[in-house]
Amino acid sequence: MSLATQWETVIGLEVHVQLATKTKIFSGSSTAYGAEPNTQANAVDLAMPGTLPVPNEQAFRYAIMFGLAINADIAKRSVFERKNYFYPDLPKGYQTTQLDLPIVGPGVVDIQLENGETKSIRIHHAHLEEDAGKSLHDDYHGMSGIDLNRAGTPLIEIVSEPDMRTSEEAVAFAKKLHSIVTSLGICDGEMSQGSMRFDVNISIRPKGEEKLGTRTETKNLNSYRFMEKAIKLEVERQIDVLEDGGTITQETRLYDGDKDISRSMRSKEEANDYRYFPCPDLLPVTFDDEYIEQIRGLLPELPDARRARFCETYGLSEYDATIISNQSGLSDYFEVSTKISGDSKLSANWVMGELSANLNSNDVHIKHCPINAEQLGQLVLRVKDGTLSSSSAKKVFSLLWDQSETDVDQIIDKQGLKQVSDTGALEKLVDNVLASMPEQIAQFKEADDKKRKKLMGGFMGPLMKASKGQGNPKLFNEILAKKLNS
Amino acid sequence: MLNKTVKELSDGLAQGEFSSLELSQYYLERIKRLDGNINSFITVTEEQALKSAKAADELRAKGQASTWTGIPFAHKDIFCTEGTLTTCGSRMLENFIPPYDATVVSNFKNAGAVCLGKTNMDEFAMGSSNETSFFGKVINPWSNEEQLVPGGSSGGSAAAVAARLVPIATATDTGGSIRQPASLCGLTGLKPTYGRVSRYGMIAFASSLDQGGPMARTAEDAAMMLNIMSGHDSKDSTSIVKDVPDYTSQLNNSIKGLRIGLPKEFFNEHLSPELQAILQTAIKQLESLGATVKEISLPHSDLSVPAYYVIAPAECSANLSRFDGVRYGHRCDDPKDLMDLYTRSRSEGFGDEVKRRILIGAYALSAGYYDAYYRKAQQVRRLIKNDFVSAFEEVDIILGPTSPSEAFGFNAKGDDPVKMYLEDIFTISTNLAGLPGMSLPAGLINGLPIGMQLIGNYFDEARMLNVAHQFQSITDWHTLAPENIALNNI
Repeated sequence: MSLATQWETVIGLEVHVQLATKTKIFSGSSTAYGAEPNTQANAVDLAMPGTLPVPNEQAFRYAIMFGLAINADIAKRSVFERKNYFYPDLPKGYQTTQLDLPIVGPGVVDIQLENGETKSIRIHHAHLEEDAGKSLHDDYHGMSGIDLNRAGTPLIEIVSEPDMRTSEEAVAFAKKLHSIVTSLGICDGEMSQGSMRFDVNISIRPKGEEKLGTRTETKNLNSYRFMEKAIKLEVERQIDVLEDGGTITQETRLYDGDKDISRSMRSKEEANDYRYFPCPDLLPVTFDDEYIEQIRGLLPELPDARRARFCETYGLSEYDATIISNQSGLSDYFEVSTKISGDSKLSANWVMGELSANLNSNDVHIKHCPINAEQLGQLVLRVKDGTLSSSSAKKVFSLLWDQSETDVDQIIDKQGLKQVSDTGALEKLVDNVLASMPEQIAQFKEADDKKRKKLMGGFMGPLMKASKGQGNPKLFNEILAKKLNS
Repeated sequence: MLNKTVKELSDGLAQGEFSSLELSQYYLERIKRLDGNINSFITVTEEQALKSAKAADELRAKGQASTWTGIPFAHKDIFCTEGTLTTCGSRMLENFIPPYDATVVSNFKNAGAVCLGKTNMDEFAMGSSNETSFFGKVINPWSNEEQLVPGGSSGGSAAAVAARLVPIATATDTGGSIRQPASLCGLTGLKPTYGRVSRYGMIAFASSLDQGGPMARTAEDAAMMLNIMSGHDSKDSTSIVKDVPDYTSQLNNSIKGLRIGLPKEFFNEHLSPELQAILQTAIKQLESLGATVKEISLPHSDLSVPAYYVIAPAECSANLSRFDGVRYGHRCDDPKDLMDLYTRSRSEGFGDEVKRRILIGAYALSAGYYDAYYRKAQQVRRLIKNDFVSAFEEVDIILGPTSPSEAFGFNAKGDDPVKMYLEDIFTISTNLAGLPGMSLPAGLINGLPIGMQLIGNYFDEARMLNVAHQFQSITDWHTLAPENIALNNI
């Protein structure tokens, strides 16, 4: 038995989610991504002397929406604190955040495991805070550039309990959070733009041991793949250290995804004393029940409810329903195309198959998909009613994807892809082909049942060729079977 | 023009006795001639002032003038003024020109007043003698053969008004910085209820205590100033949404039946016999106007200075972190790395008193000390507030001393910062409680002015101004001018 199997991994996540408000949490600057550096930073964001923060109500609403979505308590009284440390991309010299009275209290997020089971991950709390700016270290000839466009963007930091045991569970949890916040519309979910960032706390302990081991924190992971790799790497490192008789140091680590290595950033001893205290520029924020209930009333359908509905209404498998329901954009897309095609399973297959494959390989978000849901629905409809063979359907799909054509029926007409389902015409073709293949027919007649199935395929190629790919394969099969077995 | 109040100047302008331009030129000339000895201004904005004075005259010619049109005044250099140097008395901001106006500054602009310049102050408003300014000490115009402090931190505003270099000036008060210099310079100064005046653009010392207010010679002028300074500001979320009354409307009300509370903790054996006598006389005069007097207790008064010197430094330690040499303000030469940039820029940019308070504050907030210092101080603050709340169930207004003594000489407090901190022993508790307080001239000790303090209930500034105005209608302490300045009358 490998030594590694004697260890249990314990994982907790801290997830920073950028809220999709139009303006910053304490100033009127835009939060739009990708502007020229420092064009979205006003006097407040620059922490000019005498400027003051004014809270953005939308950020509170979004945080409350998240809290309600995970069945958490919403704090009636919410207090901002100053977290003091010096860094050039932190203009005030402190981050305005929450500590003792976070807006979202304990809650629960359910994740679906590979084996089909559901596991509950407890959320310790989620708090509101402002993002820092960005330090740019390249291209400044030994100096650093500071971009404060991001400074003051509202974040919720979601802190889980150490309830995950594998990297797969951690990734499933991360994906579920992504699904929840995008379904709620409180985050754009653009991981590559830093809209969700993960800090992973990892420790290991001998199997059966109750007491938690010393943990390390790997900071600022912004993709599922890096998160999974970083966890595996850190678990291996910790096992190596302990099995060599060493001890784990409580520290913050940085992971380099391109090189798949990590290094220590600072140990606990070097950690800042942040000298938190309540921010005197911001009065405690209070919410009454009516305000919270009004927000609850406006909550959209959440991934878990959607999954259940997809199983029930559309007859999808648990697996298919999970995949589609986890992405709100994909869910909507699926539902629209199903409405048109009238076949939920076939639509689901196309959404999870051809569509997802193309989205992934071209790194396109469903929001920017070149084929809209109506078009895909029409395509699936034509597959369902026998107009298109599956190979022709793929051809139509790729023309739609390239946006060289937009109308499914026009493509079918123009390209002559309409499948021939006229039995008389098909029988004639079968007769002609069979007439040219006497040897194969003789072989077929001598073969046993098992072998006959295989030999049937040998006739299909020439048949499809003869029909220029437009013969309905299902009908060909039926006619062939009838003729050969007669 | 020399001794006219804002009210009188406003009337004079309206009646065409003089133009706004003449008025501003008159005061600018006095500043030029006299401020070399007083050092009450850090910046004089002559060119801009003359321009706005002319604009005020044009407005008047069109019949569009209002009360404040063309009235000259000065801003404490803690208020950000767009396009004009704003130093906060510090080397850190020696070259800082804000791209925005403080709300208080906008208010005066919109009212049509003419700003003549920015007044000197203790560095970042930390001090009670104006000795901590990077731009040199301010001399109290009442100085005799010995040079005396004007008080602080609004010492520049107080000295400028006392020397008749401007009729009025803005000021700020975190622990007594309006009232104590008003007392030492023979002026009427008022710290409003916390949240009454916007703090936007007012460089923060201690956010939960800072409040801007008027520095004037009379209660009437202070009331007029408060009219334009007050009100909710959407840029300051601690400013209160509450209607602003006309603070001049109640000035002439009778104070018959007014219940005045005298805190026994203020009138104890530590109060000098001279000040004791002055206050007793003032109380008798108020009684002669129909007020009644009652002894009250503020049992936690003795805790106000220690609580203040935890809370104010704690807040300042974070408020002053933004001065890091990165985006604006002083930056050291040739920093070798980031840490060097921070430490040298801040070491060079801040003076000793500012550094002392940052260190005290950072210490009080540190892990392991927070509960013993910061949390405890906040608990004390609540007790002090409760003392006042109880007291105001029995009385309408509280009366006591403003400063323990009249103006003192430079270096009089030696190297002991605590001696200086005790200058604010009577004023600090109102900041901790968020209550309004004012100082008005009540007499002379050794030929030097001394003030008495009125403390009002929350948002009861109108009543305080009423009492002060009534007192000033039967006394003339507020009309006294420092003699050596008066001799220079033009």
